[in-house]
Amino acid sequence: MLALEIENLSKTYSVGFWKKRPRCVLKPLNLSVQEGEVFGYLGPNGAGKTTTLKILMGLVYPTTGTARILGHSIDRPEAKLNVGFSPEQPYFYDHLTALELLEYYGQLSGIAACDRSRRAVATLERVGLKDVDRLQLRKFSKGMLQRVSLAQAILHDPKFLFLDEPMSGLDPVGRREVRDLMQELKDEGKTIFFSTHILSDAEVLCDRVAVLNKGELRGVGVVRELLHQSEKNVEILWHGNVAGPELERLGAKIRSSGEMTQAVLPHEKLDAALDLLRKNNARIESVNPVRSSLEDFFLQNVDADPRPTEMEAARP
Amino acid sequence: MSRILPIAFNTYREAVRDRVLYNLIVFALLIVGSALLFGQISISIERIVLINMGLTSISIFGIVISIFIGIGLVWKEIERRTLYTVLAHPVRRWEFIFGKYLGLVGTLTFNAVLMAIGFFAALVYLSHAFSRPDLYILVALYFILLQFLIMTAVALLYSTYSSPLLSSIFAFSTFVIGTFSEDLHNFAAGAHGLAKWMMTGVAYIIPNFSSLNVISQVAHGAPVAGALVLHNSVYAITYSLVLLLCAAAVFENRNFK
Repeated sequence: MLALEIENLSKTYSVGFWKKRPRCVLKPLNLSVQEGEVFGYLGPNGAGKTTTLKILMGLVYPTTGTARILGHSIDRPEAKLNVGFSPEQPYFYDHLTALELLEYYGQLSGIAACDRSRRAVATLERVGLKDVDRLQLRKFSKGMLQRVSLAQAILHDPKFLFLDEPMSGLDPVGRREVRDLMQELKDEGKTIFFSTHILSDAEVLCDRVAVLNKGELRGVGVVRELLHQSEKNVEILWHGNVAGPELERLGAKIRSSGEMTQAVLPHEKLDAALDLLRKNNARIESVNPVRSSLEDFFLQNVDADPRPTEMEAARP
Repeated sequence: MSRILPIAFNTYREAVRDRVLYNLIVFALLIVGSALLFGQISISIERIVLINMGLTSISIFGIVISIFIGIGLVWKEIERRTLYTVLAHPVRRWEFIFGKYLGLVGTLTFNAVLMAIGFFAALVYLSHAFSRPDLYILVALYFILLQFLIMTAVALLYSTYSSPLLSSIFAFSTFVIGTFSEDLHNFAAGAHGLAKWMMTGVAYIIPNFSSLNVISQVAHGAPVAGALVLHNSVYAITYSLVLLLCAAAVFENRNFK
């Protein structure tokens, strides 16, 4: 079953004081997420990731299109019954303690009074904030607020989590803990839709990713397949700088640094390349399959189309 | 109601944990106390001075609190993005507006009760006993609460679309003009043509705070008619409800970029 269905969702704002002009921040978007899937929503700053999440959470109205969360249209309150949301750079009520905040959100989620405190305490423990549950939130660091944000998102045990940059503001230890928590949630069968800049996290956690740039969806793919595809390349490293031009003619990308030269080329050209190098008496250091990261997929899609978007065209 | 009440309670809790609020209450109680001193230098009218100063300070400080907290009620939630996580729950936008409103009205009622206790303590100190006309003081206090109902709705409406600075200017202006509402009606009655229409329009649109002010009347021990109590109650509740619906409509259509 589809947990999220997005059809032609777009957002255009009117900008300017006297002379209004359109500014498209999200071009018609079509996307679906399966139940139980961890979906990474990638893109550089200003790509439209947060706008998409805000539309899905009912904070911004779409200009066109519709979306359904767990079968409910996003304009219905029922769509949020089984949803948890953690916004980017979260901020909460200064005057409340972490425990009071979670109890408040528990009330809004409709958790029974008898169960509320117990769940709030357990959730704070889960995100590593049990020791500070009675501290006012004004005294919390950015990383602690990020954890509180995750805690309020999972408090009511939702089926679907929307997380906007859940790792931002966290130190390496905190990032690791949040990643582990997301992995646990994934194992529990939750559907997770999260935006991130940190591609290594997406690579580890996600089943599928989508890349968004300048308000436009540039690519969607299964992470395992994307990484498998990239293994079709091979890297050769040798001493000296002989045979560079010949290898380039085979389609290799050559890079020299110090005494070493590196060539990356398609796997099927490997034998020919090795023959060439041996013929030139090159001392080969290593031959390795290239296992490129999600970053390559991301950069490929982000750089793929240099055409100006409506967003840029609208600028004076 | 299950979602409005938690929002109201959170708003109340936020307000009562704000130190500025206590400073204002202490200041208001000091003024009530100082009325005793002013009374002593005004031979035979101590009681009138005390009731006038006491009730006026409860009213003015309540209005100041309703404006200063009211103008930030929604704006602060948007600016600090605390609203995002609230609306990501199954909370309707109008429920949020009504919850915020009830929370601030609750805070103001609590403050007014605190200040009224101080005021009645001063009155007992001066008179050593309660008399029947003192019941009308309760009516005057009730009318002050009705003023808070309206003023909070006014501030909340401005808060849904404007910055705190502009909202405070608008809200104070509304209060000042509303205080002279009866005069506006009188001017309108004496005017002609377009000016008459415009003044009548303004007099009806601006909240009528004059009829909610019976402080001077009760200070002199004059009774307050039951019909006025009924009229003012219906007026304040209807007026506040209309403003709240307007605030909810504005808020409903906003995009939180």
